[in-house]
Amino acid sequence: MTENTIGLEQMSIVVIGHVDHGKSTVVGRLLADTGSLPEGRLKQITAQCARNAKPFEYAFLLDALKDEQSQGITIDSARCFFKSSRRHYIVIDAPGHIEFLKNMISGAARAEAAVLVIDAKEGIQENSRRHGYLLSLLGIRQVAVLVNKMDLMGYREEVFQGITAEYRDFLAQVGIQPTWLIPVSAREGDNIVSGSDAMPWYRGPTLLDALDTFDKMPSPVDQPLRLPVQDIYKFTEQGDDRRIVAGRIETGSVRVGDEVVLLPSGKRSRIATIEGFHVPPQTRAQAGQCTGVTLTEQIYIRPGEVLCRATETPALTGTQLKVNLFWMGRRPMIPDKRYKMKLTTASVPVWLRQVVTVLDASDLTTDANRRQIERHDVAECVLETLRPVAFDRTSYIPQTGRFVIIDYYEIAGGGVITDPVTTQTRRVQEKAQDRDRRWEPSRITPAVRAARFNQRSTLVLICGPANTGKREVAKRLEERLFERGRFVYYLGLSHSLLGNEMGDHEADERDETLHRLGEISHLFTDAGMILITTVSGLDDDELETIRTLNHPNDCLVVNVGQALLSQDRVDLQLDHCRDLEGAMAKIEELLSTKEYLIEYYL
Amino acid sequence: MDHLETLESQSVYILREAYRHFKGLVMLWSIGKDSTVLLWLARKAFFGHVPFPLLHIDTGFKIAQMIEYRDRFARQWGLNMIAGRNKEALESKETFPDGRIGRIDCCRLLKTEALRHTLSGQWPRWVLNHQTGQYDCHEGGEPFTGVIVGARADEEGSRSKERYFSPRDRDSEWDVGDQPPELWNQFKTDFAPGTHVRIHPLLDWTELNIWEYIDREQIPVVDLYFDHGQGRRYRSLGCWPCTQTVDSTAKDVKQVIEELRSGRFAHVAERSGREQDKEDGGGLETLRRTGYM
Repeated sequence: MTENTIGLEQMSIVVIGHVDHGKSTVVGRLLADTGSLPEGRLKQITAQCARNAKPFEYAFLLDALKDEQSQGITIDSARCFFKSSRRHYIVIDAPGHIEFLKNMISGAARAEAAVLVIDAKEGIQENSRRHGYLLSLLGIRQVAVLVNKMDLMGYREEVFQGITAEYRDFLAQVGIQPTWLIPVSAREGDNIVSGSDAMPWYRGPTLLDALDTFDKMPSPVDQPLRLPVQDIYKFTEQGDDRRIVAGRIETGSVRVGDEVVLLPSGKRSRIATIEGFHVPPQTRAQAGQCTGVTLTEQIYIRPGEVLCRATETPALTGTQLKVNLFWMGRRPMIPDKRYKMKLTTASVPVWLRQVVTVLDASDLTTDANRRQIERHDVAECVLETLRPVAFDRTSYIPQTGRFVIIDYYEIAGGGVITDPVTTQTRRVQEKAQDRDRRWEPSRITPAVRAARFNQRSTLVLICGPANTGKREVAKRLEERLFERGRFVYYLGLSHSLLGNEMGDHEADERDETLHRLGEISHLFTDAGMILITTVSGLDDDELETIRTLNHPNDCLVVNVGQALLSQDRVDLQLDHCRDLEGAMAKIEELLSTKEYLIEYYL
Repeated sequence: MDHLETLESQSVYILREAYRHFKGLVMLWSIGKDSTVLLWLARKAFFGHVPFPLLHIDTGFKIAQMIEYRDRFARQWGLNMIAGRNKEALESKETFPDGRIGRIDCCRLLKTEALRHTLSGQWPRWVLNHQTGQYDCHEGGEPFTGVIVGARADEEGSRSKERYFSPRDRDSEWDVGDQPPELWNQFKTDFAPGTHVRIHPLLDWTELNIWEYIDREQIPVVDLYFDHGQGRRYRSLGCWPCTQTVDSTAKDVKQVIEELRSGRFAHVAERSGREQDKEDGGGLETLRRTGYM
């Protein structure tokens, strides 16, 4: 191998199939016959085999771990490398045992093409089907099927034809058309790298030639821009004042000067610069690159938002998603339990709302009467996130249409989004309705209370960016109303719970706090009180949550400083509150005009 | 994008995920070519900055040029540089070069144990003081919960099975058979208290990729990797008593690449000069299961 390989492309392939059908042997052969093994390796394994009085097997090259050699099965996906005249390959040898399905999925999710191995003697087995289905779910469309151990079946053509006909039918049902079907004997080296004299009836390519016919997935530059925000960097202490929005461009491209919209928040800005280290200055970045941009407006951005170009089709946003999901967790996935969803760089609490059907991937039978999703099930279901997320249908942009589910610190499930759902009641609405159903109404009506307290009750929400003096406004307002005999209370929610700069944990805590605020507010306003509180960085969806829980009671929104909410949701906009008494006058005027402060006695 | 750009992008993504999810993050810098590339990638990821400390486990038997190189670039790049060592074993001469114990036990004491206790904060850390150029001893540090390591899958068998984000329990044990799934660039970034996570941004890189990238980026590497006229050079760096030079006349990065691509090393295992590997039948697995890098 002396050819110059610099600049050659690289492709990841995964080798999968039922346990003991010879996947590791196939890979071992590939490595040995392409001359890709380090000299030390083959000798080392041969010597070890001799020492332990075991016959040499190509699989031992890969099953390097002690556990695997003693059990003779692959436990985890191993990576190895070889090259053809066309390109570099990373081969992922995935385990076939059902116990290690999550390892198989880890391996396969990285691959651009798959080699599915079936034992000629045993024929199609449970995991031959399950793995085939998972390939379809993982979005791998380039597949070569190997019928292995042909030597054990006398290299007979009818054996090969029988298995491939059946398996082709199966794959067709899950939407996969295998590119190649190849009869091989990995142990003997037939049709792996060199052809086979034993099977003159087969005229197709060897495995190596078949792999070389696969194409790299084109970098999705021509699709709309999707740049999920991974983080926001400001290394001020190191004397660097750039505020860099960092992330990987999943699809499309971005240029300096582009107008961009961040989803789900809907904020807009323009690309000021494209940043990099140890690279020439750039004005454009494209799919596949991990980049960083600065924006012309310093808007508040949360990691997990997706940056799209204003002139292109934007990502979808919502809280309810129809998905196809496979479950790997030890415990089943159940309704009404809080999980965590990771979708691109977003991380958000999620619930299983509805199981539509559960599919047994080993035989493609479905069950429409299941309430939960068991380990190794594939299910069509509806999920609901706590906050809106930005996403795409997986059929449109796979990169932003797939997610994982975390349970007890572990990735327990993975799935693809087939459609947004807009018809279902949201959890928070259900929660409020449920509460109202159980509520024992008092005989004193709101009107009677209003007459007694000389006011109509409402929540006064003072919001806007952090550090604008909102709390001072709230406290002063409470004092002024109290002094005038109003029934009023200032609820001082801890600033740390509702802070602005947040990681995932803080974001979850914030959501909890806002839910609690909605519930508390419902109590206070039901009792006839004017409740005043402040929330920094409140967005439209969060406001909607508070309103839903506070319902049917009223809510007035006063925004101080830059507006983070849509305009029509704000009852009073104050640009600043340096003039405290002026601000008071405006708020009191609002309360009077809207007849919360009743100036006469009935 | 060519294959180096693809590799770079993936590594940068992993580094940024690590930085985003782990408060107590540290990067191991062995001074070798891999972890030096890793350090360079961190500067790429964070636009010229390295926003977490670098940790070097100093066995006391490292080749002198390595330490000199470490301190030069730690100062030049403004790194938060920490050194850790097994003070007790070194003072009582419980080492292989002192003739008291075997190679594997020496690795365990000077590397694995030193690493484990430096990470946990139980043992002192020596921190580079950029004013004085000296290392100050700090006791009672916070434990590091995310450890970035430059392991590559092609180095030897057990490393080929690592995840990008690989959890270790309290005793740094690695449960090879029960690793978390990783898919679509979603990694294990949630972890129970008391565990820590090893992060492997270079898993998909080969030795050749490392040198090609060093060449492309003009990354300064320690001189020991090159022949200075004796016809010998180091291919892999470690402690002087256990690391052999190899026959080679490669005098610069380009010649090293040529040698790997088509010359004498195209088919020779990289760690063939590392004696401890040969004594461990499982290809380093015994060492790695208990926390060796």
